[in-house]
Amino acid sequence: MLAEHGEATLLAGGTDAMVEINDGHRRPAGPVLAVNRIPDLRSWRHDPASGTVTIGACVTYTELMDPSVAALIPALAEASRTVGSPQIRNAGTLGGNLGTCSPAGDGLPVLAALDATVTLASVRGTRSLPVLDFMVGVKRTAIEPGELITEVTLPVVDGWQGYAKVGVRNAMVIAIASACVVLDRAARTVRVALGSVGPTILRCPEAEADLSERIDWASMAVAAPDLARFATLVSAASRPITDHRSSAEYRRHAVGVLARRLAQRALTVDPAGATR
Amino acid sequence: MSEMEIFSLHVNGERRDVTDSWLGESLLDVLRDRLGLVGAKGACEQGECGSCSVVVDGDLVCSCLVMAASAVGQQIVTVEGIAPPDAPSDVQQAFVDAGAVQCGFCTPGLIMAVHDLLDRTPVPSDTEIREELAGNVCRCTGYGRIIDAVQRVAVARVELSS
Repeated sequence: MLAEHGEATLLAGGTDAMVEINDGHRRPAGPVLAVNRIPDLRSWRHDPASGTVTIGACVTYTELMDPSVAALIPALAEASRTVGSPQIRNAGTLGGNLGTCSPAGDGLPVLAALDATVTLASVRGTRSLPVLDFMVGVKRTAIEPGELITEVTLPVVDGWQGYAKVGVRNAMVIAIASACVVLDRAARTVRVALGSVGPTILRCPEAEADLSERIDWASMAVAAPDLARFATLVSAASRPITDHRSSAEYRRHAVGVLARRLAQRALTVDPAGATR
Repeated sequence: MSEMEIFSLHVNGERRDVTDSWLGESLLDVLRDRLGLVGAKGACEQGECGSCSVVVDGDLVCSCLVMAASAVGQQIVTVEGIAPPDAPSDVQQAFVDAGAVQCGFCTPGLIMAVHDLLDRTPVPSDTEIREELAGNVCRCTGYGRIIDAVQRVAVARVELSS
């Protein structure tokens, strides 16, 4: 159907699309394809053999908060809990988060930190690409006409992971700055992805490499100065702008603080420890 | 303006024909303007305020963010379907008893959200109530009496079942 109607509007949870339609910014020019009740898009599965979880595009944030998901991808469950309200989480979907591709999308830093793979389908077949290649810019993705996001595949990683964001209140906020930190104990690497501090989600290769080297992986400890340096490197990796929600200066500072606090939850910090 | 769309919705247990809606019209507008069900209120039209909350196939959602035509075949419950006018639900009565209603604009949405909350979490803590009702904005009460009303229902239901 999508191939026959190039002008069709794809509708998942409606939490982004309907805001634009209600505002009069957008009117469906052709047919609307509501995909949020397609069973294949509404389910997720754990594949222990490949150590991955594959999530259908129309799985909702409420479903992602379930303990069964949290046991495998804790940061995704945590990020989902920070989205909107119960009403929004019951409707909004992970595929919709990707399709909108806002730099503030709460699910996206988790997908980026975990190097998720996005699968797209069309009448021409299916293709998969790394989420960092999928997200091109502010609300811009690599989706081609006639393509539908069908699922996202994430690795199950051994180690602590978490998501945090800053907003003007505790609930119902669009992130002013957000961060996801993942510790991969098997690979002895730290992965960090940032939201709302650039045109799209950013990874922090320098900060990741630096902290990975400075953690004592046997005891999961880090020296306080190394953690402070991590925050500085994360802030340096951000590329924020000033807009109606916040200033670039605040965002740059806040995102470093968020990443440091997340790392602090994962590690034992030696306040007097010498840098490694 | 798009062509008129004709479809049927299941609202509060009844089939309701919608004959004069445009494609893309929200469930909120169809309920209020096409079907005369004005319990759900329209304020922000972007899912921030919760005053339009209804239940679709068991899920509490903002009706302003549901495209009405996409809800064909789903069971929709609005505040009008919670209880008959002369016999309020326990949540509605508790809002009256606790003084949780001032201007009343947010009340229908809150009634829907509180029923949903207590169905899932029968004995909530105050913190749980605050998190679960975070999407229902009230500019009058300061929320204290709303939380009181929720706790009254929780206590009464526990007493009733023991």
